[in-house]
Amino acid sequence: MRHFATRSTIVSAATLVGVLVGTASPALACAGLIGSNGAVNLGRTTTLAAYHDGVEHYVTAFKFLGGGGQFGTLIPLPDVPTSVERGGAWTLQRLVRETQPPRVFAAAPQAAAARDGVEVLLQTRVDALDLTVLKGGGAAVADWAHEHGFRLSPDAPEVLDFYAQRSPIFLAAVFDGDAAQQRGQQLGDGTPVHITIPIANPWVPLRILGLGKQPVDRVDADVFLLTDQTPSMLPLPRDGLSVFHSAAASSRLLDDLRADVGMDWVPQSAWLTELRINSSVADLRYDLAVDASGEGRPSAAAAGIETGGPDQLPDLVAALLFIVGAPALLLAGWRFA
Amino acid sequence: MLGALLAGLTVSSAPVSAREAVTIRFHYSHFEPSVVTVPAGVQVTVTLRNDDPIDHEWIVGPPAVHEVHRHGTEAVHAGRATEVTVPALSTRTTTITFDDPGEYAYICHLPGHEEYGMKGIMVAR
Repeated sequence: MRHFATRSTIVSAATLVGVLVGTASPALACAGLIGSNGAVNLGRTTTLAAYHDGVEHYVTAFKFLGGGGQFGTLIPLPDVPTSVERGGAWTLQRLVRETQPPRVFAAAPQAAAARDGVEVLLQTRVDALDLTVLKGGGAAVADWAHEHGFRLSPDAPEVLDFYAQRSPIFLAAVFDGDAAQQRGQQLGDGTPVHITIPIANPWVPLRILGLGKQPVDRVDADVFLLTDQTPSMLPLPRDGLSVFHSAAASSRLLDDLRADVGMDWVPQSAWLTELRINSSVADLRYDLAVDASGEGRPSAAAAGIETGGPDQLPDLVAALLFIVGAPALLLAGWRFA
Repeated sequence: MLGALLAGLTVSSAPVSAREAVTIRFHYSHFEPSVVTVPAGVQVTVTLRNDDPIDHEWIVGPPAVHEVHRHGTEAVHAGRATEVTVPALSTRTTTITFDDPGEYAYICHLPGHEEYGMKGIMVAR
């Protein structure tokens, strides 16, 4: 999954890919990491995944929904991030407003996990959110979570394997409800997080959005892609996956994004695509692979449509998957307003 | 109370002298196989192999037993052959005799696991 030669090639293509995952749906209970008190009150999240000069920028927000204790989620990542830091204040809201009437945005809390066999690559804290980047297989990450007092939802073994086959990197995001209360955070307060990941091709984790839910539950999400040119994607639109918007990004949007904290990398021109997910968890067994090179060949392996090892998953694809999946896992019951 | 609920089941943790043996694998929070047929009146050694990285439990018995567990019992099961906690990536063995023919469901009653499909049926003939 880490092919620097390929990455360089794609970088030279100067492709920018952005992914924003949002939700207009009511609060949904979802969490990959369940605290000892059984708390699973994590809201859905909105995410921007952008790709430029061989670097994936992932911005998502985690919303405080009240309550004490810890709860969070696990997010598969395509590669090792170089930084995890506070994100800009309005990037996510601005992206959603570009294609839709003003509505609610969601942010997601995340949880950290690790154990024997798991290598902790990065740890940081943003407000009441503890973020840990782990390297290890699904079983190792599950063990790490167990050792940190979290219980994994019953679907976690299969979902973690689904991602671990392509990348051993996961982000554990744990929201500390007690710390949030001590900080005076109000219900609905979001914590934006910006993750930077060097990768070769965009990838948006969609299946992860169903983590912690039952097969009959629904997943409703918006995925925004920002690319240098019209993107080639897999899978193609189907039941539960539709293209809602596809047009050149306005200069005003790009200017607004570029003005936010840590967003000066946003290019002068880009193509904005919005995909809408409305699927049962049982049917959402794929991710979104994007070919950012302009060659029109998105990876079936990256999309999870065919089994492939880490070498078959484009770096960028993995990165985007990470970005999109994290917020979805962390947040439940979050709304954009 | 559980004793009454388990009428028709004789349980034993004694060393295996069973004439029947079955293995049930836990994989992706499902039991494999989900239907097991065993002879009634004969000791059956059940090997429970949890291949998942998360804990599971295997509870077998008539409907009333499961109803009790759906509302919560002890967090970890030990000392009762029909109720076995199987930690992540581990194997446990238990021995049971089904005195009466019939169908006995086996279910993992950890939160959300039954709803996810972690259940099966043991048919005693």
